[in-house]
Amino acid sequence: MSDMALRDANVSARESSSRAAVLRRLRLNDRIFHGLTRGAAFTVLALLSGVIIALIIGAAPALGTFGFSFFTSQSWNPVTEKFGALAPIYGTLVTSFIAMLIAVPVGLMVAFFLTELCPMVLRRPIGIAIELLAGIPSIIYGIWGLFVFAPFLQKYVQPFLIDTFGSIPILGTLFEGPPYGIGVLTAGLILAIMVLPFVTSISRDVFSAVPPVLKEAAYGVGCTTWEVFRNVILPYTRVGVIGGFMLGLGRALGETMAVTFVIGNAHKISASILAPGTTISASIANEFTEAVGDLYTSSLIALGLILFFITFIVLAIARYLLARLNRAG
Amino acid sequence: MSATANSLYAGRRRRNAIAKGLAVAATIFGLGWLVLILGVLLFHGLSGLSLSVFTENTPPPGAAGGLANAIVGSVIMTVLAVIIGTPIGILAGTYLAEYGRHDKLSTVVRFINDILLSAPSIVIGLFIYEVMVAPMGHFSGYAGAVALAVIVIPVVVRTTEDMLSLVPDTLREAAASIGLPRSLMIMRIAYRAAQAGIVTGILLAIARISGETAPLLFTALNNQFWSMNMNAPMPSLPVVIFQFALSPYEEWQKLAWTGALLITVTVLALSIFARSLTSTRKQ
Repeated sequence: MSDMALRDANVSARESSSRAAVLRRLRLNDRIFHGLTRGAAFTVLALLSGVIIALIIGAAPALGTFGFSFFTSQSWNPVTEKFGALAPIYGTLVTSFIAMLIAVPVGLMVAFFLTELCPMVLRRPIGIAIELLAGIPSIIYGIWGLFVFAPFLQKYVQPFLIDTFGSIPILGTLFEGPPYGIGVLTAGLILAIMVLPFVTSISRDVFSAVPPVLKEAAYGVGCTTWEVFRNVILPYTRVGVIGGFMLGLGRALGETMAVTFVIGNAHKISASILAPGTTISASIANEFTEAVGDLYTSSLIALGLILFFITFIVLAIARYLLARLNRAG
Repeated sequence: MSATANSLYAGRRRRNAIAKGLAVAATIFGLGWLVLILGVLLFHGLSGLSLSVFTENTPPPGAAGGLANAIVGSVIMTVLAVIIGTPIGILAGTYLAEYGRHDKLSTVVRFINDILLSAPSIVIGLFIYEVMVAPMGHFSGYAGAVALAVIVIPVVVRTTEDMLSLVPDTLREAAASIGLPRSLMIMRIAYRAAQAGIVTGILLAIARISGETAPLLFTALNNQFWSMNMNAPMPSLPVVIFQFALSPYEEWQKLAWTGALLITVTVLALSIFARSLTSTRKQ
């Protein structure tokens, strides 16, 4: 058998006269391969450090010029070269918040349906369909949002929102102004559709990892399906589900193309969620190639650094929670 | 007594029925978007689909044309990205699964890789702009391909590690017992056993990058003409869609829809094919 291994390694006996030489060669190959894989693993580390270092160097001029006021200023004026990140940060957080507000409950209910209610035959096809939704590139959501979804909202949904809530004192300010179609709400809704499959598929995975004994015991004492889900499955999988939310949130925060199409790219903070706004990623996508002057470019890179920092924290928490779950399970 | 027990039971059953109804509604709601998006895409995209889409270059405003240069640009950059990213990804995944299953380096790399996997792709674009475009002084197809490669790597690392971990250790032990060196064991035994899974990972990575727009915007930029020069700005399907969809010209918007249909069909076909590769093996 070891002859076969040697032949496989293309080491012919004629080439190397002694057995020791062959073994030495194999050992060398072994070390080279080990070194290569290790080097590749380090490349992954180098990539992330490279991203961080490159962004910090690129952002340094802007952060040095504006200091802390970069985070608190709303002004974004390429002519006078005064830049502040508050409006994009606000837009990023608000659109992601709207997205999670919708995607979390809907995603949980879909996962509930898939693990507890769905007939076995349909389980796989529906699961695959939801995952396909996750695979559609974000630019497709963008073009669909711009040409189909935004006009629909403008014509039917937004006038309804304005009529219904517009006259209520505090709530009304959320729905002030004309129905543009594009704006913060539209971006949030599209993000919700994009995040939904992530929340669903991770929730489904953790739900189906619940030991059947627990569920059977609950059914045994007479619980209804909903009570089993609410009082047994959800508490048991809490950590994993929250990890899934964070993963979805990470995606919503960093999503670029879909948002860029429908947010309107206005560097201001409006109380109304019908008004156009901007997010960090949309600002970069819209303005980067047209940015003239080092300070303008640097400010956009600083925005990228902030975005990376926020998503890094969110994703790190998500991975930590999901890893804790795997260890426990 | 029994009346309150009955009403209590009725209430629980009612709540159960409502929750079940909501779950079904949520599922229909979720799947509805898929149907809606695909439907609209087919409707708008098919009407503009013709042979000239594949044979003519992107037109100037107001004229008819095709997407040939964008399609070719996308294919070239995707292929180059896969050529750069796949070996690094497979080797790193091999380290995680074979050599350093439990060591500190692997724990860190695994964590970092997961972060990279879901990092905003626009940040990757900024990174490549800083390290390639700015020093070179101009946008280029190379920069676009490298940006895409950075997205390929974490996907391949992840699937390679997962698939190698599924290979039973008895196979490795059997290989070691006949005196096979470790590197040969990995290349001849482990890779072969995990083949389908690793290919799935590569296909999923291709699916992922073929729709990526953000990292190309300021690396490869765009180009209205037929260009095979990787050292110059290069057109790509997603960037052309972005530019054309936001334009006021009807012909451009029509081409954007057609391009969107092409990308979606490619991506969905790739991911369905990739899934079918592994699922037949699992069952």
